Parts: sequence; C-alpha cells; structure tokens
Amino acid sequence: MRKNHLFFKSDTYRMVFVFVFLHVASVIQAQVTFPENGVADPRHGHYAFTNATVVKDAATTLTNATLIIKDGRITAVGTGLKVPAGAVEVDCKGKFIYPSFIDIYADYGIATTQRTAGAGGGFNFAQQSQLETATKGAYGWNQAIKSDAEAYKVFTVDDAKAKPLREAGFGTVLSHVRDGIARGTGTVVTLANEKENLVMLKEKASAHYSFIKGSSTQSYPSSMMGMIALLRQSYLDAQWYKNKPALEGINLSLQAWNDVQGLPQIFDANDKWNDLRADKIGDEFGIQYIIKAGQNEYQRIKEMKATNATFILPLNFPQAQDVEDPADARFVSVNDMKHWELAPTSAAAFEKAGIPFCLTTADLRNVNLFWTSLRKAMEYGLSENKTLEALTKTPATVLGIYDKVGSLDAGKLANFLITSGPIFYEKTTIYYNWVQGIRYNVKDDSNIAGTYALTIKSSSGAENYTLDVKNSSSLTMFGKDTLNTKFSFDGKMIKLSYAAMTRRQRPALPTDSTQRRPGGFPGGFPGGTGNQTQSLPASATRLSGVSNGMEWNGTGLDSAGNALTWTATFTKSAEVKTDSVKKKEMPVVGKVVYPFEPFGWEEDQGPKQETLLIKNATVWTSEKEGVLQNTDVLIRNGKIAAIGKNISEPTARVIDGTGKHVSPGIIDEHSHIAAASINEGGQSVTSEVRIADNLNPDDINIYRQLSGGVTTSHILHGSANVIGGQTQLIKLRWGANAEDLKFKDWMGQIKFALGENVKRSTSSISNFSNNNRYPDTRMGVEQVLMDAFTRAKDYKKIWDLYNSAKDKKLLIAPRRDLELDALVEVLDKKRFITCHSYVQSEINGAMEVANRMGYTVNTFTHILEGYKVADKMLKHGSFASTFSDWWAYKMEVEDAIPYNAAIMQKVGLTVAINSDDAEMARRLNQEAGKIVKYGGVTEEEALKMVTLNPAKMLHVDDRVGSLKIGKDGDVVVWTDNPLSIYAKSLYTIVDGIIYFDRQKDEQLQKQVDAERARLVKKLNGEKRSGAPTIPAQPSYQIMHTCSDHGHNHGLLVIDTDDTSND
Amino acid sequence: MKKIFLVISSFILLKAQAQETILPVPSQSQTIVLYNGTLHKGNGEVITNAVVIMEKGKITYAGPMVASDFKDAKIIDVAGKHIYPGLILPTSNLGLVGISAVRASSDVQEIGEFNPNVRSIVAYNTDSKVINTLRSNGILLANIVPQGSLLAGSSSVVQLDAWNWEDAAYKTDAGMHLYMPSMMAQARGRFGGFGGGGTQTPSTDPVKEALEKVEGIKGFFRMAKAYLNETSHEETNLKFEATKGLYNKTQKLYVHANTVKQMLVALDFVKEFGFDLVIVGGSDSYQVADLLKQNNVSVILNQPHSLPTAEDDDVDQPYKTAAALQKAGVNFAISDDDAQTRGRNLAFNAGTAVTYGLTKEEALAAITLNAAKIMGVADKTGSIEAGKDANIIVSDGDILDMRTSNVTDAFIQGRKIDLNDKHKQLYEKYQQKYNLKKGF
Repeated sequence: MRKNHLFFKSDTYRMVFVFVFLHVASVIQAQVTFPENGVADPRHGHYAFTNATVVKDAATTLTNATLIIKDGRITAVGTGLKVPAGAVEVDCKGKFIYPSFIDIYADYGIATTQRTAGAGGGFNFAQQSQLETATKGAYGWNQAIKSDAEAYKVFTVDDAKAKPLREAGFGTVLSHVRDGIARGTGTVVTLANEKENLVMLKEKASAHYSFIKGSSTQSYPSSMMGMIALLRQSYLDAQWYKNKPALEGINLSLQAWNDVQGLPQIFDANDKWNDLRADKIGDEFGIQYIIKAGQNEYQRIKEMKATNATFILPLNFPQAQDVEDPADARFVSVNDMKHWELAPTSAAAFEKAGIPFCLTTADLRNVNLFWTSLRKAMEYGLSENKTLEALTKTPATVLGIYDKVGSLDAGKLANFLITSGPIFYEKTTIYYNWVQGIRYNVKDDSNIAGTYALTIKSSSGAENYTLDVKNSSSLTMFGKDTLNTKFSFDGKMIKLSYAAMTRRQRPALPTDSTQRRPGGFPGGFPGGTGNQTQSLPASATRLSGVSNGMEWNGTGLDSAGNALTWTATFTKSAEVKTDSVKKKEMPVVGKVVYPFEPFGWEEDQGPKQETLLIKNATVWTSEKEGVLQNTDVLIRNGKIAAIGKNISEPTARVIDGTGKHVSPGIIDEHSHIAAASINEGGQSVTSEVRIADNLNPDDINIYRQLSGGVTTSHILHGSANVIGGQTQLIKLRWGANAEDLKFKDWMGQIKFALGENVKRSTSSISNFSNNNRYPDTRMGVEQVLMDAFTRAKDYKKIWDLYNSAKDKKLLIAPRRDLELDALVEVLDKKRFITCHSYVQSEINGAMEVANRMGYTVNTFTHILEGYKVADKMLKHGSFASTFSDWWAYKMEVEDAIPYNAAIMQKVGLTVAINSDDAEMARRLNQEAGKIVKYGGVTEEEALKMVTLNPAKMLHVDDRVGSLKIGKDGDVVVWTDNPLSIYAKSLYTIVDGIIYFDRQKDEQLQKQVDAERARLVKKLNGEKRSGAPTIPAQPSYQIMHTCSDHGHNHGLLVIDTDDTSND
Repeated sequence: MKKIFLVISSFILLKAQAQETILPVPSQSQTIVLYNGTLHKGNGEVITNAVVIMEKGKITYAGPMVASDFKDAKIIDVAGKHIYPGLILPTSNLGLVGISAVRASSDVQEIGEFNPNVRSIVAYNTDSKVINTLRSNGILLANIVPQGSLLAGSSSVVQLDAWNWEDAAYKTDAGMHLYMPSMMAQARGRFGGFGGGGTQTPSTDPVKEALEKVEGIKGFFRMAKAYLNETSHEETNLKFEATKGLYNKTQKLYVHANTVKQMLVALDFVKEFGFDLVIVGGSDSYQVADLLKQNNVSVILNQPHSLPTAEDDDVDQPYKTAAALQKAGVNFAISDDDAQTRGRNLAFNAGTAVTYGLTKEEALAAITLNAAKIMGVADKTGSIEAGKDANIIVSDGDILDMRTSNVTDAFIQGRKIDLNDKHKQLYEKYQQKYNLKKGF
C-alpha cells in the first residue's frame, strides 16, 4: 500500500505544540529538521473509520461507531460522529477495531548480545578466574552491572522483526538491552517502519535487572546468591555514591544506577522462586519490581500474589514429549510431565488470584506462535477481557504511557487493529494493524464473501453464471450445473479456472480448500468438487482479472484458446455467521502439588500438626535420662509435652511404639540440599552471599532425607573460597516455601574453608600450576583470613566513630560493605563460623588467627585430622563436625581415620557426624553407629553425634536435639535400634507434624505411579492426535556436591560446577 | 574335646609399628581350629556351636562340633562370635587408585576405547594403605577393575595379603570390562533455581549414537573371532589375542550398564557371541530381573547405598533392588564402590539389603559365594566348605550391621593375617598422645 507522508510545516505554533505538549507522541513520517529532497508533500493521514464495532478498551465497546484519526493520532471516537471534511472515509461495516497490543518485554530493535554461561554456569574449579572487569572506561567494578546501558541509544528500526510482531497485533513495544544483571534503561517504541526519531515514544521508560550475567566474563558473581549480593551491594553503593565520595572518583555505573531509579523497575526473574528472590531484594530497598515471570509461577500462586508485583507473563509452554517408549519415559519425571500439562494454566491462575499481569511474546521460539499459545492460555481459563487488558492497558499503565497508547481514545496514537470479528475468536482475522496512523496489512481484507453475477463474453456471445464466494480461495460456480473450479484472490488480483464436472465429482460440495478435511483423507475428500487440490482438466477455461471493489473485471481464454472478457458484479452479501467455534471446555488437568515434586501434597492435603502419643517405646532422650524402656512420648502443639510411663491423652493420635525406638530428629550439621546455588567462588572472600537468599524447596532430597529421620539441616556454602557465604539452618518441612523452611530465630553462621579446595589444588588448572586466584598455598590462606579481619576491624572502627558522632550533618556515612558487615558480626559474636578443614597445620593456623583477631572458630567441619589437635580445639572452644569413615579421596585426607570422632569425643570435644552428601544424610543414624564400632563410644553418645551435639554447635539445643519437655516435637520412630543397619524410620515428625509416614509413603508412591500413568497416556494421546512432540527429555536433577570425589548419585544427577563442598 | 587348649584370641596386637611393617604372613603350616562359633557358611547354611578346621591353607572341616584331638593345632575359641567366609569386593579400583584427586597416583584408566589387552593386575599396588583398612572390615578378596570408555581391559581377582601383585593374584584376567555407552539424551538448558528451561531441541538420537558404538564393538569381536579361528597369523594382533578367554569361557564379559536399554543391548553379547555376561551397576536391573534370569546373566550392584535414579522412584529403591533380583532368581553380588570410603562398607551395603527384603544369609552370599561364582572362583572360595581355601573371618557380632560388626580374626588361605592398618596405628598413636588408654 501507499504510505501517507505527513509533513508539518515548520510554523512556530505547531513546533511548540508538537514538542511541548505532545512530547514524542506526535506525527510521524518526517521530521521537521530534516531537509526534503524534492517538493514538499504535506499530508495529514486524516481518516474516518465508520460503521465499526470499536472496542475502546477491555471495558468499553461501541457498536456502529466511528474512529477518526489525523496526523498519526486519534482525534475522535464515538457513535454518531460526522465524517469531517478532509477525512478519507473507510467503511468498516462488520469489522472490529481494537487498540493494538503492547509488548512490554519484546526483543525488538536491539542487537542481541552473546551470552556466556551466566547464571547456570556457576563457579568453575577448572577455569582460571577473571577477577576484574573487562569493560574499559569509568565504570564500576563488576562487568555484569551494565546500569549505564541505554536502549534508546542503540535502538534501530528493524522492519523484518517488526513485521511478525505487527502481524500478531502489536503496535508498541518496550525494548531493552538484554545483557547483564543490571541492564540500564528500556525504551518504548512503536512498530512503525519509520525513522527511529519518530517511532520512539519514551526514550527512557524503564530500568532492567536480571539473574543472568549475560556477556560478562568476570568470575564474580558465579552463583544465584552472588548475583543477589551484587545487586544488594550495588543499591548500597549507589546510595553512598550520591555524596560523590572522593576516593571513588567518577563511577558511571553507579551514577547511571541512581539516574534510573525513578523509572519502572523491571526484573527478569524467569522462575517462581527467582521471582520471590527478586521481590525480596526490592523489599529491602523500597522498590516494587515488575517481574518478568517464567512458566512455573502457577506452582506457587499465593506467593506470587504476596509480592504485590505486576507480572509479565511469557507464553512459551513446554512442548509435549514423546513418551511412547516406556524405557525413555522412565526418565521423565512426573513433575516434568505435569508441568507440561499445567503451564498453560499459569496466566489463568494469575487472573484468578487477582494479580495484575501483562503478556509478552518473549521466550516464544517464534513470534508466530503467539496466537496459538495465547489461545491455549485462554482455553485453560484466561478470560478475554483480562487478555485484552494484559496486552493493552496494563502494560501501558505500568510504563506510564497510557496517555499515548493502550486504548482508543482521542489524543492517543492511532495504533489500532482492524479485524474481521471479535479479536479472540478463533476464526477472526486481523486485517490491518495501523501504527501511528499508518496502515500495515496483516491479512488482506478478504471479506469478499458474497454472491456475484458473472458474465463471460466471447465472440460467440455472453454466458451468465453465479459465483458464491466463500473466501479468498474458494467459491462455488454454477450455471445450469455446478462447475469444477479453482479460485484465488490475493486482495487485488483474481484467478478463476473452471471446467465441467465429471460424473465422479458429483454430488456438489462447496469449493472450499480451507475447510478442515476429515482425517485420513489426505489430498481432499472423495466426491468433493472444485477442490484446489483436485486437478482441473488441461482444457479448463482460465480467467484472470482485477477486483475493483464491488465489480471484478478481467480477461480469459477458453478451452479452445479463444479470448474472453468477463465481469462479476456483487449482488448479495454472504450470510454473516457468528463464530462457529464453541467455547472450548476447559481441559481436565491434574492438581498442583506442594512442592511441585513427586510425593508433594495437594493443597490442604498436607500433613497437619497433631497431638501425638507414642506409647511403650524405647526412648533415646539424648539427655541425662539416657535410654528409657517402655516409655511414652506426648507431642502437643508442636512441642514435646510429656515423656514418661502410662501417659494418657484422649485427644491424641496414638502410635504404638512397642518394640520400636524413638529418638530426637536427626540434625545434619553439613548439608547442601535445597539450594539453588552453593558456591560463590568468584572471589576468595564472599561473606556477603547468603544461602538463605536462594533456598530451593523443590528438592526431592528433602523428602528422601525425611525418610531417613532427618528433621533439621544446616545448609552450608561450599568450599570454593576461604571465606564463603552465610549458611542457613532449615527444618525439613516438605511442601513449605523458602521462608517457611527456615529454622526460625536462629543466629546465623558463615562458612570458612581451608586447604586444597580454596587453593584450587585438585582442579586441572592447578595440575598445570595455573591457578591465578589468591591464595595458592596454606600460607596465603592464613593471610586471606588475616586481611579480611583486619579490614573488618578497621571498618568497624570507622562505623563506630561515625555512629558515635553527635552531629552527623557534616559527616558522610562510610560505605556499607556487605562483605565486611558479616565479618563484623563474627567479631561481635553475632555470627558463628563453621570452618571446612582437614589437616592439623591449617586447623592450628585458623585458630591462631582467630585468637589474634578476637573471635572463635565455632565449628570445624570435616576436621578429619581433628584427632591430632583435639586438645587445642578444646582449648580454643571449638566444636567438631566430621565424617565417620571417609578418607583417601584427596591428599589432605590421607591421614583421615574413622577413630577421629571417638578420639575427639574422648578428649572432651562436642562432636557431630555430618553428611555433606544427599545420599549419606539418609543414613546418618548408621554413620553415628560406626562411632561405636570405631573407638568404642557408647551408643547414647554416638546417637548424640547426630542429634544433641549438632544442635549445640548450631546453638539451637534449647529447642531441638533431644527429647525434653518443651523442646520442638522433632521426633523419629524407628523400627530398630537407631544405630543399627536394620533401623528404618516409620515416622519422621517435625514440629509435631508427621512429614514422613512409611505407610503413607506407599500410598504416595501409588499416587505418583497413577499420575505418571495418566500423564503418559495423555502425552501419547497428544502424539497420536498429530500434535508435534519432542524426544523424551530425561529429568536431570542438579546436585550440589563435591566433584573432586565421586559420590554415586545416579544417572540423572548432574553435579554443578559450583561444587567441591566437602 | 577336653584337650583343646583355649587360646584367648588376642585382639589386634597393637605395637607402635608403621603400616610398612604390617607384613604378609607366610603360608599356613600349623593347623588352626575355630572353635564353638556360629558358622555362616555363605551358602545359606548356619550352624551354631560350630568348628572350622584349616590345614595347609584349606578348609578341611566346617560343621558341628566333633570330638577330635588337635595335638599341634592352634585352637581359637570363638564362642559367641560369628564365622564368615572372607568377604569379596566384586568391583574395585583398589591398588590402582591411591588418592583419586592426585592424578599421579591413578592407574585405573588407559587412553583409547579399545583396550582389551590392558590388564589391571600388573598395576595392582599391594602397598596401598587402603588394602589393610578393607581387611579390617572382613574383605579378603577383591576384583580389580580397570575403568574406561567401551573396552577397558581385564580384571583380576586378588587376595589381600601379598608382597606384590604376583603373590596377590588369585585369578588373573577372568573378566573383560565393557562400559556401555549412555543411551540417554544429555541434559540441556539451565537447571534448578535458575529457572528458564524453555526451548530444548535435541539434536541427535543418543540411542542411535550408542548403538553405533556398540556395533563397532561387535564388529571388533567378529574380527577377533575370525582372527582366533586362523591357525596362524601374518601379523599378531594383541587386542584380538586378548579376547581369547571370552570365547573359551575362561573369561566373562562384564558390561557396566544401568538402564534397561543398555542392559538389553548387552544381551546381544550372549546371543551372538555366547559370552558369559555380568552386568555391573544395574541400577535399573530390577525392571528386567526376569529377562536377566532367563539369559543367565549375573548382576553386580555397585553400591546399594545410593539415591534412587529418578525423582519418582521409591525413595528406597536402591535398597530394595537386591531383594527384587533375589526374588527373580538372578545371581547377583553386592559391591561398594564408594570413592570416599573405598569399599570398607561392603558388608553394610549388604546389611541394608536385609533391611529391605533379603535374609541375612542371602545378603551374606551376595558378598561371598555369589561374588565368587561371578568371578569364577567359587571352586576355591566364597563359602566355608571343606576343600575350599581357608578364607575366613571371625566377627564379634553380625558382620552386616556396623553396630555389631567387629572383625577379630581373618585368614587368607589359612594364614592368620595381621589386622592392623594405618587407621588403627594412628588411633593408637593419638590415644597415647591424649593418654586415653586405661593403664597406659
């Protein structure tokens, strides 16, 4: 189509009007300041669209209405409007007009950057570190903080990319540079194919963040928690930078950070837990992010609601997997299949929960899939009104551009769609997408349906026929008889061939190539007539012509090669059919379970707190009472209420403990389950990172460990660096979210590490002496500790000075340093250390530094040579948490002995046995049993090593670790002596809630199997119905464990690079 | 019986000696009698108040108490104790890997995919400090297995009291090891808490790729067979030569495989070449137990102390797999290839199988007689029966339970071996440091 060039004369009044009042939302087509090569051709794009059904916004629909646009904007919309003089009238009878859509997360007009491993990569022991940024210039220290990026400066119009978006119905998008953890500003542009100057509606419209490092090659951050820490520190630094601290000089990254804070803040979180992680950062700094979601938010919709965020929802649903082969299906987990089934319900779940959201084409494999996906979301319960809102008003409002786009109101941009019917109906076609007053054809208005009188003239006279036109590719033609035809109309040109019908082709059916054919008859249905796929005889008469609107004119050749002319005149409209597709039934889907894992509970089906009375058991108290025979234990309100003989409590659920053993819940001092990342190895000191920031409640090992009697786990940072991150104590509350997993009111700990892992000895780089991250020796390890605490002390001093100053007006607050904050907590005895350690020299070294700097190493963990220095540890005041019998997997465990725990215990240390391993954690009771074997510790003392003793070193022995009235109801009922290989947990109880029940486990297993069977059947049905499938994808699980020694975790477990935690 | 002189079997004689002075014991000259213990023969039979007599390295009697006059015999009263066959670790890198993290100390995997001629026995280091720690837990024999991709080489069975590998060799080159290529699609995309996981477009078919490799192996075996049928060769092919034992049944084919497809593909080696097949790993073997039985395939479960393979699996599946194989009548052994404990928990892996369905004697067989059968040494060891080598251990209590297991005596070919090890020595040293020993 022809483009309408509008041009303002450069008269002063207009200039002011345009640039002051309209700002950027102005006319398009040419710029005032640009010289014209030729003769001025001012036009105003003045149109009146009449007789249309105008959907102004999701709430307002006008029938038989008129929309008037001029100079790229809407000047009026309403019923009974007069077509103004100078306006071109476009009759839109039978058509609908909608505001065009807004994609708040499009990837348009910005060159894509190469992404490196990013978040998923994690710390890599086998790679050299890049400790400094590779970005040149006056920017900040971290390469992933690209707060200075400005999409509007790099935006270029790209019509090849704009076209599919326009065809999907979009007129306006927000684009940003998708690179880095902080990504600078996004820009709002229209999809008009015009100069950048004119399509840009708001140059800085938003600020962007993510958990993806993007092109940054810098080692830090290498973990989820590192990214969170970096964001938090950046907020603090930016605040501090406002005072222009002289020592910092110019820092363009921080300056930009501050500059963009007034804009809508959009966080690409992309996963349900990441959404919450992002929101929490926002809460800390008074920011409400708009959250770009992933596919799985429906799994935790309550938590999503609690963020109070507006979400941006992608529509990239998982593809159906081919699970026909049972041997392949075996490795696809029930939750992956369930996710395939339920992902399309996510948007509906947001709507139902009343959470505001926008929809985006982002993450789709191809923008062309937008409508299919959108319809799927609607089929799964998303309403039409909400959909329209999510594509128009909500994004416009969020971006502060609702005055310009998002509805059809006077003054707004002329961005609208003309459609054949209600936009979300399956048969509706978008004909045109007008952007800034320019028409873009999507699908030509092929509403040529109707009856036409056809006259064909030849030298031998005229023949008359009737054409019953269905659409642009099918019609029925008849004179005396129905003819065999082939027809096409491309919006202007017409082709029509016809021949007499053969006998076989009767009875007549409409020529309709687009009609869905019944399955099983590829190539057309038998007996059909004039079908496009049915070949006409070579002798067919062939006509071609041009549509001049109500009349078509053309020429042709008959079977004998004689020239013809022809005219077809419109006589009658086709019957307007309403959408024939009935509203589809909402598909039947399975239920969300909590957590979204096998053995998860359906909502409100999870175990509840009960009054429990265990009768007549052998009770291992881990207290001075020792082991009590034929004893009852009463648990009420989540606490141990009574221990004794013949307790009666009529309201209690009674568990017969005859022949059974009852022990306190197992406490694992050293675990790495239930976390999204474990190691931040990007630097040697990373005390700013916190396991708590990235707990992952969807870890099947929580349930598996419950089956082994574990109730409390200390989730540690790994051992990639000398001062690792802050740890988190959790209770194994299967089904809880990250917050509720946490052990409440617990004084935090921090992981330190010494020896081979921190000097990166076991990695391939060190085998080539290639380590470039300090330290490389145990000498350096000691100095890292000295340096860190020296800095922490100086830091504390300056803050004390500042805090004690009476008049702070003249003072600039010191920079808050999250890394040193944590170390000051250690110095202030508000945070305890658990220190990965093996050999005696480094253990002594760590204690000596601690003594000099005035802190205590609370726990030495691993501590396999603790037996050599147990006396010194006792004097220092440390606890010891060790393995029972590990050794000889690396140099520093060459002298590890299974008698270690016994010796340390006999010297007087409080000793725990830990797992550091998701498998062994299920058998910690047996690991404790080995301490009886190796060194003759009494059975009672051995059991304490996995109950009371770890509670002591975690400083929670006032609440857990033994069976004592008033303590938490964390109890295990065993089939046998808990130190025996033959002991199984029958019940594992946390807070008086039976989280693991061996009998119920069997039922749950049956449910898992039944759910699997149902989903496999459904997927197979999907495949058989012809839907595309992808090969079965084994459901791999990430496990954070040690790569420098080989646990056997099975075929589906992937050790991440952020490993080496032992 | 009155003449029996009761020797109070001394626990380990702890002298301040270094590991280097824990000496292999010379061959048995004096007859040894284990008296009045509970005998677990390894073949399922249990006899209380039993006597076992060892002469010249062999078991000459194992059964109920008999009246006899052992003039020159050394009589060990094992009343209240349990007598078991020496345990057999059916797959191990013992003596091949010193410290796994130290490349220089590893001799377990050769370069290349076709190494049938590589022999583990020649690299077996009898001075490995790990060996004695295994003996302390009752393991007296081990199958030393090379690692690799595809054909890794041959394994040999060693006894754990020897000066050098030639002394240690109990049965050499009795197993050829094939590591079946994976038939699972590799992981794609990002994981865990990092979200994402949108588009996954697998490029190749892992099964097809693996089958091509397997076809390569079969091709190799076909050529080897043809080669071996020649009476003379123009050129000698060491790799072909190395397969001789597979064809004349002096060697078994150990296929390291875990998934159903891998195991079923491995059956080809039975069908086409008639090899004796052992599946090593077999984490999913319970799903095809009847087919394995039907094809006379044995299984070595690498490490029952493992996590379930799939999230959906029974949380105790690895613990239950042994019982499923037992039920189906498959000959299976239990191993312990844990890299952190180096195999010392073999008996407890078997104990767990008892908790989840085996009888104690079945579990014992899985680490003694069944293993001996798989390795082709059941004629010599694996059970306490007259005529077999006197490979015997004595424990204070149930050997399968760490709560009661305490090996007090061990005999390899009738030699009463020194049960000291590096760990006990360090224990001794530091007990002295802290003055922890009463009366010291």
